[in-house]
Amino acid sequence: MPTIEFDGRKYHLAEQESVLDALLRNGIQAAHSCKAGSCGSCLMQATQGPVPIRAQAGLKDSWKTQGYFLSCVCRPEGDLSIGKVGADAQLGATITLLELLSPDVLRVRLRCDGRIDFRAGQYVTIVQEGGLARSYSIANLPDEGELELHVRKIAGGRMSGWLHKGAVVGDRVSVLGPSGECFYVPGTPDQPLLLAGTGTGLAPLYGILRDALRQGHRGPIHVFHGALHTGGLYLVDELRRLASLHSHVEYTPAVLNGEESDAVAVGSIDQVVLKRFPKLSGWRGYVCGDPTLVQMLKKKLFLCGMSSRDIYADAFVPAAQPS
Amino acid sequence: MHIMEFGSAKTLYEELGGEAAVNAAVDVFYRKVLTDDRVSSFFDDVDMDRQIGKQRAFLTMVFGGPVAYTGKDMRQGHAHLVARGLNDSHVDAVIELLGESLREVGAPEHLIKRVADIAESARADVLNR
Repeated sequence: MPTIEFDGRKYHLAEQESVLDALLRNGIQAAHSCKAGSCGSCLMQATQGPVPIRAQAGLKDSWKTQGYFLSCVCRPEGDLSIGKVGADAQLGATITLLELLSPDVLRVRLRCDGRIDFRAGQYVTIVQEGGLARSYSIANLPDEGELELHVRKIAGGRMSGWLHKGAVVGDRVSVLGPSGECFYVPGTPDQPLLLAGTGTGLAPLYGILRDALRQGHRGPIHVFHGALHTGGLYLVDELRRLASLHSHVEYTPAVLNGEESDAVAVGSIDQVVLKRFPKLSGWRGYVCGDPTLVQMLKKKLFLCGMSSRDIYADAFVPAAQPS
Repeated sequence: MHIMEFGSAKTLYEELGGEAAVNAAVDVFYRKVLTDDRVSSFFDDVDMDRQIGKQRAFLTMVFGGPVAYTGKDMRQGHAHLVARGLNDSHVDAVIELLGESLREVGAPEHLIKRVADIAESARADVLNR
């Protein structure tokens, strides 16, 4: 079995063990969250030895050449010397705004210490001093000089609990990223766009909507936001305002439980979307939120004629339970 | 035998239109297998992107394109489906849907025949016989 060298010590990997699991097994505090190769919080750097391709999937080319890799999905075939990521991969940031958008959803704004290049709809990973890390989608545009994230309060959630209850403006965190392929791509300004999501899946969609408008998208844009009940809907007035301001923007809030009205549709989001648009060939779709819903909705959009290459999605993978 | 001038012979993959032909056919084909009651359960993976990737590789193979599957790969890759009851009738249905897909994207009959022959040649490995 290969060994890894970290901080001047050597550790043996067990059969099929990831670098992250080996470090944790040996009592090393290594930052991590999803353990599925998607959040990026377990990023490390290899200084010597071959990094498996799988452990660098989705990373920026400039990071790959510097040996960055995701330790949770890294099962090396040879000996590897590794270190924590340099300061160039993480940025310090200050909380500038904490504002409730609904009883459960908090708008968090961060000002980073340095320049951060991102597209609305990508996600960043927020790392607390002690290494606790969670990923959130970016809901705003780069020229605002800040990051806007929508954080839903999760029962027992450590990061969301802290942001909702303990954090104050001025607190410091680190920011990793951005990552993700779910963002507006210019080039087909007349293509109809379908933006559908549940819960804080609205965050990337709201960012993508504003990015599309800023880049002069002319085709129709339909935003569907689903929640269990009306209390779970948020940014309702803001989305109505954008829809009345732009004749090609339409906004449909939908709730699973509630009374049907002109203002709110009732039903699961896939039912509401497909009832309104049973044929979707030629459309581009963005689907964000709960992973089960995202997988299901992607397939339904595809079966209604949307090309697989026109479907962009961001499934919110929950943090792995502490073992 | 028809003798072609050296260097002018196009491969089947090139005649069909290469990667562009795979791109044009993959959605049509995957939509068909996903909605055909005879075979849909074998294709209904949770992760659609992974399934699309597999269908892209399958089409590239039967178009005579650059993928190098061995008989062993085909056996291992389908063993779990054989365990779930994959049999000749399903392979027949997939080859039929493959032909329909190619017709829909405008491929000529003589090329569709050659694609079906390549797919047919994988039958024994796919069914682990």
